[in-house]
Amino acid sequence: MTGFFAHNALLVSLAVILFGLVIGPLGIRRGRRDWIEIAYGAVYTNFLLVTIATLSMVYALVTHDFSVSYVAQVGSRETPLFYTVISLWGALEGSILFWAWVLALYSSAAVWINRQREGNLVPYAAAAFLGISLFFLVLLVGPANPFLPVSPVPADGPGPNPLLQNHILMAVHPPLLYLGYVGMSVPFAFAVGAMLSGEVTSDDWTRITRRWTLASWGLLSAAIIAGMWWSYEVLGWGGYWAWDPVENASFLPWLTATAYLHSVMVQQRHGMLRLWNLNLVVGTFILTILGTFLTRSGILSSVHAFTTGPIGFYFLGFITLVLVCTMAMVWGNSEKLRTVGRFDSPASRETVLLLNNLFLTAFMFTVLVGTLYPLVAEAVRGVKVSVGEPFFNRMTLPMIVALLFLMGVGPALPWRSATTKELRAKLIPPLIGALLFTVGALIAGVHNVYGVLAFCFVGYSALANLREYSIGTRARRSAHGESWPTAFIRLVGGNRRRYGGYVAHMGVFLVALGVAASSSLRTERTATLKPGESLSVSGRTVRLEGVWGREEIQRSVIGATLAVVKDGGVVGFLEPRMNFYPTSEAPVPTPDVRSTITGDLYANLMAFEPRGANATVKLIVEPLTPWIWFGGGIVVLGALISILPQRRPSQAAAFAPAAPVGPPISAIPVKVEA
Amino acid sequence: MTRRRWAFVAAGVLIATFAWLLYGGIDKNIVFFLTPKELLAKGAAGYDVPVRLGGQVKPASVTWNEKALDLQFVVTDGTGQIPVHTSGAPPQMFRDGMGVVVEGRYGHNGVFQATSLMVKHSNEYRPPKPGQRPGEMYKTLLDGSGP
Repeated sequence: MTGFFAHNALLVSLAVILFGLVIGPLGIRRGRRDWIEIAYGAVYTNFLLVTIATLSMVYALVTHDFSVSYVAQVGSRETPLFYTVISLWGALEGSILFWAWVLALYSSAAVWINRQREGNLVPYAAAAFLGISLFFLVLLVGPANPFLPVSPVPADGPGPNPLLQNHILMAVHPPLLYLGYVGMSVPFAFAVGAMLSGEVTSDDWTRITRRWTLASWGLLSAAIIAGMWWSYEVLGWGGYWAWDPVENASFLPWLTATAYLHSVMVQQRHGMLRLWNLNLVVGTFILTILGTFLTRSGILSSVHAFTTGPIGFYFLGFITLVLVCTMAMVWGNSEKLRTVGRFDSPASRETVLLLNNLFLTAFMFTVLVGTLYPLVAEAVRGVKVSVGEPFFNRMTLPMIVALLFLMGVGPALPWRSATTKELRAKLIPPLIGALLFTVGALIAGVHNVYGVLAFCFVGYSALANLREYSIGTRARRSAHGESWPTAFIRLVGGNRRRYGGYVAHMGVFLVALGVAASSSLRTERTATLKPGESLSVSGRTVRLEGVWGREEIQRSVIGATLAVVKDGGVVGFLEPRMNFYPTSEAPVPTPDVRSTITGDLYANLMAFEPRGANATVKLIVEPLTPWIWFGGGIVVLGALISILPQRRPSQAAAFAPAAPVGPPISAIPVKVEA
Repeated sequence: MTRRRWAFVAAGVLIATFAWLLYGGIDKNIVFFLTPKELLAKGAAGYDVPVRLGGQVKPASVTWNEKALDLQFVVTDGTGQIPVHTSGAPPQMFRDGMGVVVEGRYGHNGVFQATSLMVKHSNEYRPPKPGQRPGEMYKTLLDGSGP
């Protein structure tokens, strides 16, 4: 019943979208504002109908309505309510439904806020939104229909994937990822709108979508960090990044979006790089669709698994269509997109931003090639291969350390051109930071080249970054006679966009230090212990207290209790476990981590003797790993600072050089949850 | 116009260098996924290159020394079979006949030295047979020892 109802809601929504896609462009051509309003109405109606379908699915999951195919696939009466609700995004069909819902939410909000703007930019953007929604609606009534009737109705289902149920971060990571991914369709839709309406030279689309892009970027950053953290907390190998295709899929659009956030500043100041920025925005959107395709079509396990279902072909078709259409649009606007400004001097912030874009794009292509190569090799040559981690590390580490260095140089340089005196004053003092961090890294025992370089450049750039705050605060203090804290707060508050970016940089430095230290200085040992026996790794000792078993609501648990011993006394306990789920043959490892500011002590239960006589335990010492999670939080905080509206609107005009065409753009209230 | 042309040439050289680096990097770091039969068929070319070897654990071939953390078993695909040696603990549900993927190198001594071991599960959901439900296994595993 629920399934039938929701399926019909989706069918009606499909019809509404098609109607909107006809009447909107017709209204633009004939200059009928009322028809355009109807197309906007189609965007809102789609949101309403997809919301009904999504709530129906949640209702079906919660009431264990196994007559709905998706519930029969992921539901189980034994699963706790919380995990039942979040299994909405646990498998293909549900996650497509969730995608469509988030897209509908974003598009109606973006259209509603800009509905009164004159010109054809917003109407065309609305049409672009409807076009993307059309694709997902077609999936939902076709190959990814979650509401198919099941007959006979099973009494119970297998429940969600155990990996999904095992950790709270799985409730956080997927929605963040989808919010970030789908948010990238807002700048895309407005870029398409600008190209179709011929408004590419006004740069208005970049200003309308600035907060949307930043919010999506912040959410995507948070999602990537949450995914790393989940992998660290659940998979039991003590790592957080393995260049796995699923990880790469989330990282690819982040790279191009980051490039865009930087290069759009050059466009807004000098009217340059318009063509390039359009390509970055289109590329980011396509990479989000590609990422959804990679993670959701089954193609990663095997090209053959993918060809058994039709959904992959829908995705490939859509990606091709978007590529062809946007290339035609860029081509059609190429005369208008000719660069008007030019670079004044190589010693300027513009140059650094260009280099930043060059490295980030090369980075993206490297990861893309490494991710897609196995698929192409299997499809073309019929061999199963994988691209080893050394490829990714060898290719990307030089770019990563170069980017860390540029993060110190860029903000220190002025726009346009710098004098030799300015260069000397700005670029020489941070060398002290570089020296201190390099010496520190060498003393701590970092010996690999990129590890040391990462420390060195983070030292340089972090000091350069801090000096920007101190120079600005000092200037305010002497100009306005304010106290230190007031001057600092007003400095950041007065130019949130700029200082938000600097805060995000600071977060990246913390992440980089965490990654460099934990990968260079990691030590681990595995041993089989009898109760009372101890295991030591780089000065940290644990003693096995015992092996135990316990029944929990939806699973059985076997765990080992390890006492953390220091100077003869017990300072804490670690309880690594294995969780056995009724529907899975293999247990899900659940390592236990003891975090301090200097690093983690990580224990994983590898094996146990059936009668509890011994346990095989892996103990890992990972310096600075918690800095990665903390740094990720700072990155998101930086994005948040940039998004918040300026307190005094008079100052907002200071960084919007050209007066926007049409009525003023309203502030977009977007909340970011870290 | 010459400035424009120079820019194009520079961009071309840059992209070509980058593509060449990518190609070289991929070529050196490719890991083939092979079955024992395919690996043996490679002959001399199969030794000492990174390989992911997939197959089943041959029944009664597993020996694990829990003190030395030394694990040996034979991977088979029905036709070919290759002995595998690795250090570490076997996955908890490591059983005869189960699908495994090991990553490592095939040594000249005829033993595959594995650096990582993954258990392969079928993606299809099969309801557990009586006696195989984890709850029951768990009870036989830990009879009487409470938390």
